[in-house]
Amino acid sequence: MQSYLYFPGCSLRTVARDFDDSAQACARALGVELKEMQGWLCCGAVFSNVADNIMTNAGPNRILARARSEGDTLVTLCAGCHNVLKRANLQAGRNAIKQEQINEFNEEKYEGGLSVLHFLEILRDRVGFSAVRDAVKAPLQGLSVGAYYGCLLLRPFDEMKLDDPHRPSIFEDLLVSIGCTPVDYPSRTECCGSYLGVGSPDAMALLSRNVVQSARSNGARMLAVSCPLCKYNLETSQKQDLGVSSDSQPLPVVYFTQLLGLALGAEPESLRLDPLQVQAIHGGMHTTLENVSQT
Amino acid sequence: MAYPISAEVLTNPLLHKIKTISGQNLSLCYQCGKCSATCPLATQMDLMPHQIVRFLQLGLEQVFDAKSYWLCATCFSCETQCPRGLDVSKICEALRTIKLRNDLRDLKIEKLPPEMPQQGLVSAFRKLSPY
Repeated sequence: MQSYLYFPGCSLRTVARDFDDSAQACARALGVELKEMQGWLCCGAVFSNVADNIMTNAGPNRILARARSEGDTLVTLCAGCHNVLKRANLQAGRNAIKQEQINEFNEEKYEGGLSVLHFLEILRDRVGFSAVRDAVKAPLQGLSVGAYYGCLLLRPFDEMKLDDPHRPSIFEDLLVSIGCTPVDYPSRTECCGSYLGVGSPDAMALLSRNVVQSARSNGARMLAVSCPLCKYNLETSQKQDLGVSSDSQPLPVVYFTQLLGLALGAEPESLRLDPLQVQAIHGGMHTTLENVSQT
Repeated sequence: MAYPISAEVLTNPLLHKIKTISGQNLSLCYQCGKCSATCPLATQMDLMPHQIVRFLQLGLEQVFDAKSYWLCATCFSCETQCPRGLDVSKICEALRTIKLRNDLRDLKIEKLPPEMPQQGLVSAFRKLSPY
């Protein structure tokens, strides 16, 4: 059995329990242990974008130091946490002077040696999508899903290196392995508005609406995401549009682990899928199957 | 609107400050505009990303009057496109940081959407408040 240290992060332990629980269910079904690391704390949500202040690197470096004392691979799920921890880890190797200052401040030493991997990378590179396909018990045959990458899984590209920043496929390849039909749509790597929901809610809504419309107009029946904030923005902008927009039904937004879990045979309740989401998934599959049988 | 420029730009402390905070070398920019072409919020901006850089290159402190750097969501789209290796999101962050370090904007906790994930709340405080 493969075993990895796991960093859940704040959102996954509160508003995004559905992401946490469904990922654990997927891991169990695939024979992978996600072992929660000891003493984790908030990663800081955003990697510092300023060069002259190292305080904001203290948190992620504490996490890395504690994880390193337990193992050599740290797995993340939330795209935000992943971006912060992966970049803090790289910086530790690239900037020795800065790292020494951070370590002295923290009184916890991190000197590298950890791989920070997203769960998608574990599925692609350690488990393998062909093994995922073999483990599928109930393929989501023909379900048209828009894989939404957003920003933080992919960019900055020279640091994240998850996939090609312009034409990524890791998300779609996973969806194919569980029977879905991924939808190619132009806005899949565009920003959902991130934290702008706080200071500039109209700007957030503009960006999220663009993502939803782009996916919908290219045939998506739902969106699969890997970030609690993306999910919140994509859902919130649609709630605001209810009654205003001509689209009668909102486009459901689920975590990719909820679709994967369902395909691996987990119960919808254990994946925290609500009845409406389950209905949307089954509805999407049936419609497409009918279309297939007619042709 | 006319913006007078002079040779004093070379000694303008603003440029030095932006360089120190952002770590970006502004003179690399040759104004191709790819950052503005890819920025998902360029249509909503009073100064587009490449114009922000141009204002700074010319030492024009009027750049602070723009609202655009508060609209930057740090999505790094500009960074993937820049042929000169500049990251305009870091320049926008530097402009925000200068304002915030002077305590010129205050994020009110009661204005925060209560259902927003912690990830969003923490990000907003990190980006939009001086704390």
